[in-house]
Amino acid sequence: MPPRTIIDKIWDAHTIAVREDGDCLLWVDRHLVHEGSHHGFAQMKQRGATAARPDLTFGTADHYVPTRPTAPVDPDAARMIRQLTENCALNGVACFGHGDSRQGIAHVVAPELGLTLPGLLVVCGDSHTSTHGALGAYAFGVGASEVAHVLMTQTIWQSRPKRIRISIEGQLGPGLSAKDMALAIIARLGAGYAAGCAIEYAGEAVRALSIEGRLTLCNLSIESGSRLGLVAPDETTFAYVRGRPYAPQGDDFERAVADWRGLASDPGAVFDREVVLDAREIAPTVTWGVSPEQAAPIGGRVPDPASLSDPTKADAWRDALAYMGLTAGMRIDDIRVDRVFIGSCTNSRIEDLRAAAAVLAGRTARVPGLVSPGSASVKRQAEQEGLDAIFLAAGLEWGGPGCSMCVGMNGDLVGPGERCASTTNRNFKGRQGKGARTHLMSPAMAAAAAVAGRLCDVRDLMAGRLA
Amino acid sequence: MIAFETIEAPACPLGLENVDTDQLIPARFMQTPRAQGYGGFLLHDLRRDEGGAMRGDLAVNDARYGAAQIMIARANFGCGSSREAAVYVLADAGYRCVLAPSFGDIFASNAVKNGVLPARVSASGIETLLGDPGVLAGAPIRVDLAAQTVSVGNKSIAFEVRPDWKKQLLNGWDDVDLTRSYAQEIAQFVERDTAQRPWAVPR
Repeated sequence: MPPRTIIDKIWDAHTIAVREDGDCLLWVDRHLVHEGSHHGFAQMKQRGATAARPDLTFGTADHYVPTRPTAPVDPDAARMIRQLTENCALNGVACFGHGDSRQGIAHVVAPELGLTLPGLLVVCGDSHTSTHGALGAYAFGVGASEVAHVLMTQTIWQSRPKRIRISIEGQLGPGLSAKDMALAIIARLGAGYAAGCAIEYAGEAVRALSIEGRLTLCNLSIESGSRLGLVAPDETTFAYVRGRPYAPQGDDFERAVADWRGLASDPGAVFDREVVLDAREIAPTVTWGVSPEQAAPIGGRVPDPASLSDPTKADAWRDALAYMGLTAGMRIDDIRVDRVFIGSCTNSRIEDLRAAAAVLAGRTARVPGLVSPGSASVKRQAEQEGLDAIFLAAGLEWGGPGCSMCVGMNGDLVGPGERCASTTNRNFKGRQGKGARTHLMSPAMAAAAAVAGRLCDVRDLMAGRLA
Repeated sequence: MIAFETIEAPACPLGLENVDTDQLIPARFMQTPRAQGYGGFLLHDLRRDEGGAMRGDLAVNDARYGAAQIMIARANFGCGSSREAAVYVLADAGYRCVLAPSFGDIFASNAVKNGVLPARVSASGIETLLGDPGVLAGAPIRVDLAAQTVSVGNKSIAFEVRPDWKKQLLNGWDDVDLTRSYAQEIAQFVERDTAQRPWAVPR
């Protein structure tokens, strides 16, 4: 057999049938559902069908759950959460509903419970399903019709994606994280660069990331248009998976690890595109516009649309600056913020909270902010470590687990015209609320913005503190 | 699904780049049952100014394109979230086709499932369409899926579409029925796979 990439190996292992036009029917190992999956459940119900493999389907309430203790309960949101529980119960699907000790954001919960494993094919009606690629899974987001299809058949039709390998060589500097890496990649390559492709992340800087860092990196794959992004499993992966509740145990685990070792791309495997970046060139990165590709290093300036030769792009930049209330040429670190948000499927895991707490410890935030742990389990651990006390002492709110202010479906919104330093994944117009202005950045950078009341280089606040 | 036939209708020259699905439908409307219709949510916030009045500078608000069934946009249309509601807003507002140089992957797949054609026209082809006096006047243009062409007056512009999507749209195929015809292959796969990857089932 010719050398194959990890992308091809997982694809081949899941191929049930190949259609004449090349599309393949693939087996789905895990299907995650949430409140937003209601359209999919409704389509299935219309056909009088029930879930084909409830044992491979897991529900968790994330998009609509309240994440602030003081927030009034919105009856529409409550209905959405109830609907998920009912749909799961009707189909015999395990559901981590609001209040369950395992509840949280699907892309935080499934890895931490050992539901996500190397070599699995994982789908969810959410574009950030690419997150699970961190463990070497082939994971992608699907729409409501596909949710219905997977519920009814446990399979999905896919066309074989083009394969891109992005290698990040060298070591990331102190104070930097996977978020800076991901934002730098998207800024360099563009929001549509990898449209419909599958990315393997490789290289020294990726290997050096913890699983939590890899989850952040793979999470943002979709923001370059990619269907999925993954990292070949290694010792870091096996150590992370070992002992998790739904993961194989004992001899089964050893057998699995032996199989997982074979997943890595073969030497000489051919990718459709190869990109090599130098980690040493990556600085703390923040977005200034309304697309994740509109990002710049913290030490830079807001770019000038007049510098562009492409009139369409120049118009898009002008429109972005107008929406964001920024002037071309101003220093990025002169941008004042009104609030911060630390959370979301991108950056709400324990290491993210530790990084933010390391900046905030002994300091006071100049602006209000919300910290929302990614799962009930992360919340418990953070409280055991005393991180909640650090956030509260700094003047931030300590919330509950959910998608929260990343998408605002639960009512946690950034106000019109308000500027938010946010650890989330999308700075689209209105994403965090109508008229809201979002600057994406790492948890440490968001914490630094809270302390300074403006965007600032976290490395300046960490002299003597960097681990 | 209804089979896609040739469309002859006015096109809306939206012309924007990177139209993400949060623009197509803001998240707050997505609790609505589909039966209530999603057409009114199409580009809801983008169409309005800060005071809530309809913007005069956006083609989608222009009466000339009120009967449009075709949307013309620039690159990376439908990027972002997987929400299929981003297609519901278009379909329920009467759109059957989007012409753009490139699409968000999940959006395009969702579009096909709802009988909406994501047709990839070259960037120069899109510029031609956006500058065409007939298009701008709201005259009907013709989208022929079988021939993969857009015709405006005496101009004809080719478009690309994935062959599997073309076939599905032309035939009005239903994925679930198609998959069920593979029941035997699925059963055989599961039997083989259970032996090969015993660890793949949750403990």
